[in-house]
Amino acid sequence: MQEIADRDEAVRRLTDVMWKFTAYIGKRLPSDVTAKLADLRSKETHPLAVAVYQSMADNQEAADRLDRPSCQDTGVIQYFINAGARFPLLGELESILENATLEATRQGPLRHNAVETFDEKNTGTNTGSKIPWLDWEIDPKGDSATIDVYMAGGGCTLPGAAKVLMPGEGYEGVAEFVFDVITSRGVNACPPMLVGVGVSTSAETAARLSKKAILRPVDSRHPNANAARMEELLEEGLNEVGLGPQGLTGNASVMGVNIESSARHPSTIGVAVSTGCWAHRRGRIRINADLSYEILSHQGVAL
Amino acid sequence: MSAPKKILSTPIRDEDLAELNVGDVVYLTGQLVTCRDVAHRRLIELGRDLPVNLEGGAIFHAGPIVRQKDDGSYEMVSIGPTTSMRMEKFEREFIARTGVKLVVGKGGMGAETAAGCLENKAVHAIFPGGCAVLAATQVEEIEDAQWKDLGMPETLWVNRVREFGPLIISIDTKGRNLIDENKARFQEKKKPILERINREVRFIK
Repeated sequence: MQEIADRDEAVRRLTDVMWKFTAYIGKRLPSDVTAKLADLRSKETHPLAVAVYQSMADNQEAADRLDRPSCQDTGVIQYFINAGARFPLLGELESILENATLEATRQGPLRHNAVETFDEKNTGTNTGSKIPWLDWEIDPKGDSATIDVYMAGGGCTLPGAAKVLMPGEGYEGVAEFVFDVITSRGVNACPPMLVGVGVSTSAETAARLSKKAILRPVDSRHPNANAARMEELLEEGLNEVGLGPQGLTGNASVMGVNIESSARHPSTIGVAVSTGCWAHRRGRIRINADLSYEILSHQGVAL
Repeated sequence: MSAPKKILSTPIRDEDLAELNVGDVVYLTGQLVTCRDVAHRRLIELGRDLPVNLEGGAIFHAGPIVRQKDDGSYEMVSIGPTTSMRMEKFEREFIARTGVKLVVGKGGMGAETAAGCLENKAVHAIFPGGCAVLAATQVEEIEDAQWKDLGMPETLWVNRVREFGPLIISIDTKGRNLIDENKARFQEKKKPILERINREVRFIK
C-alpha cells in the first residue's frame, strides 16, 4: 500500500478537490450530455421545441460565463464510489465527502436541499441523516477510487418507480412499465431525459441498478446483446412518442435509455426506472493512490 | 424568431390575455412573485392572508438560489421553475382569491387549474425547466422578500423582471390545456409502439 506521509494534509487536499468538483458539476454539464443535446437540437424541427433548445443553450452559456449553478435545484448530493481496497484514504472517505458537500454548499453556492425527515426541518447544509448519500463498491485489488457525483434534483427524481413483475409478464412487462412511467410522469422531469432501467430480482436491487444506469455515458450500450437491443428499442420507441423538450412535443423524448441488470430469482423480475433530466448533472473523477486525480466526465476542467 | 416579442406588463388586464392561445410565446415585464407549496397551503388551508398583493399580478412556481449582499440587499443567482402540478390542489381557489393573472411554472397543471383560468380569465405558462441562470439574468432587482421564515426556496421573493421568458402558454383563458392534450396524444401513440417492441423482447422462451 502507498504510504501517505501526512494524513491530515492528504485529507485536506482530497476534501479540497472533492468540494470543488461537487460545485463544478452544478455549473457545467458532462461532455457526453452536452454533445447529445447539441445533436438533438440540430435534428429538431418543431418550432416550440427549437425555441426551448435555444433557451437551454443560452442558459448553459450564461451559467458558464457567470460561474453559477445552471439549474437552481442543485439536488440532494449523492456519491457513487468504486474504491480499491488498498486506496490509502478508504477509511477517511466518508467524512471527506461529507465535508466536501458542506463546503460546496457554502462556496457553490448550492441550494439547501436536505430536509430531515420526521423532524421536517431543512438542515441548511445539504447534510443530514445518511445525506450526502453514499453508495459503495469495493474493488478487492485496486488502490484508486472512482467517484461519481450526482445532483439528484426534485423534478428528475419524482418519476422514479420500482415494481416486481411475475415472470409471465416477461420483458414485455418491463417495456410497458418503462413506457408507463415515462409517458405519464416524464413530462415534468425536464425531457429530453436519460432513462435508467434496472432489470433484476427485487424492488431495491432494480432501483439501485436503474440509478447506476444513468451514471453511464449517454450513448453507451449494455454488454449483453439482448439487453443492448432492448436499450435501442426503448430509446427509438420513446422518441417516437415525441415528448419533446419540456413535454411540449418534439422529435425526441430521451437522450438515451441505459439498462443495468443482475441475475434474478426464477419467480420474479424486479424492474425500476430512474430518470436524469436534460440538465443531467453528474461527474466522474478518479483519485489515484498518490492522490493525483483525473476528471473523466468533463473535458478541459481546471478545478 | 422574426416576429416581434409579445410582452405582458403587470398589472395584467383581462383583455391582455383574451387573444392568447395555448402554444403562444410571451414575455413578462413588471413584477413576478415566487410562490410555491407552503405559500399556497398558508392561504388556502390555513386561511392566512398573503403578504403581497397579487391583483393583476404574476406568480412563479420557483425556489431560487439567492445571495444576500454585504449591504443587506439580495441578488438573484439562479431561479428556474419547479413542477407546477404540486400546486394543482390549491391553484383554482388561489386564482379566485388573489386575482393573479399569470401563473408561471414547469410542466402542465390539471383540470382544476384550467377551470380556475377559465372562470377568472387567467393563464398558466411554462418557462423552460432547468434554465435558471437565463431566468436570473432577466431579474433586474429583488424588491422585497416576505415570509422569510419559510427558508430560501419557499420565501415570497418579489422580483422586478424585464422581458422574462420565453413563457409558453399552456392553459389559456378559454380553458384549453396544452400539456393535458399532449399527454393524451402520447398515451395514444404508445400502444402500437409497445406492441412492436414486445414482439422483439420475448427473451423468456
